[in-house]
Amino acid sequence: MKKIVKLMVAATMVLGVSAFTNGKKEIGDGYKVGDIATDFKLENIDGKMVSLSDFEDAKGFIVTFTCNTCPFAVAYEDRVEALNKKYAKLGYPVIAIMPNNTDVKPGDNMEQMKKRAKEKGFTFPYLMDKGQKVYPQYGATKTPHIYILQKSKKGNVVKYIGAIDDNSRDASMVKEKYVENAVDALLEGEEIKVKETRAIGCSIKV
Amino acid sequence: MKNILLITILIVFSCKSENNEVVEELKVYDFEALEPLLNKTDDKVHVINFWATWCAPCIKELPYFEELNANYKSKNVEVVLVSLDFPKQYDNKLKPYIIKNKLMSQVIALDDTDTNTWIPKVDEDWSGAIPATIIYNKDKRRFYERSFNYEELQKEVKNFLN
Repeated sequence: MKKIVKLMVAATMVLGVSAFTNGKKEIGDGYKVGDIATDFKLENIDGKMVSLSDFEDAKGFIVTFTCNTCPFAVAYEDRVEALNKKYAKLGYPVIAIMPNNTDVKPGDNMEQMKKRAKEKGFTFPYLMDKGQKVYPQYGATKTPHIYILQKSKKGNVVKYIGAIDDNSRDASMVKEKYVENAVDALLEGEEIKVKETRAIGCSIKV
Repeated sequence: MKNILLITILIVFSCKSENNEVVEELKVYDFEALEPLLNKTDDKVHVINFWATWCAPCIKELPYFEELNANYKSKNVEVVLVSLDFPKQYDNKLKPYIIKNKLMSQVIALDDTDTNTWIPKVDEDWSGAIPATIIYNKDKRRFYERSFNYEELQKEVKNFLN
């Protein structure tokens, strides 16, 4: 009997500890500024597979985790398109990745991604993180979530992580354009002043 | 004819007064106004949940926070639901949701676009994804960027009550 009680106590302790570690997102997950970002091979809305290495002339990338169904992501659609229009030709194309589990969010499935991209006239690749393997490596937690990468001999270096600007719901009220400022600095060969920012977003659906 | 008009006016008025009650109930804060609610030093356990009507996992777990509020209100636990809905949706989404679901916990709308300043003040580890929850009393505090079911939520709160 004593043994059973002991076992039960031990089991409870183990459960307690595991519940504790589950209780909080581990800090340090994913990339920090300065890390080398992984490349990937993901399906685009045109059916082709896309990797960062395909963009031979690019100086870097504006990797944007986004989706159809999050109001914050939707609020930023036009601004993401504008970023691509402005910076793709300067060597920093937008690469959009849809990280949600489409069983949980059918509104984000490939058909809906194609439909949304057509409606909005997206000129950037809109990739499906099939199997949800890429976003955890980056450490993306929400949509939209931006990673600016700069090509180097060592690989694609993470230079900025965070929001597009400081006003998600009203583009006309934006005071600070974080992503534009960061890419402009990279293009000028200057230090990025604000390397990390935070904004409210929709948790990525697992 | 006059009677019908009178009745119509009465109906319109009665509807209006109901709406007004709701308008009065919804408190809209900026972060400066909200911050004291995250740092009380009374003897209560405070459960602060950040949510929005458009956030599916938030809506899924909201009944558990309501249940917690119902079961633990008398045990010195206070639940506050901080809505991050867009202001333009207060009237057509948030208020109808509060009424329809008969939310009993206190609901506050946080209207503060300067997220990069206030998110780290809520918790240094918060990426900004919702749902997110703080549980604290005057001695300790924990932040959770995750979803809860009732058992998990109750277990966390009990840790603060012991």
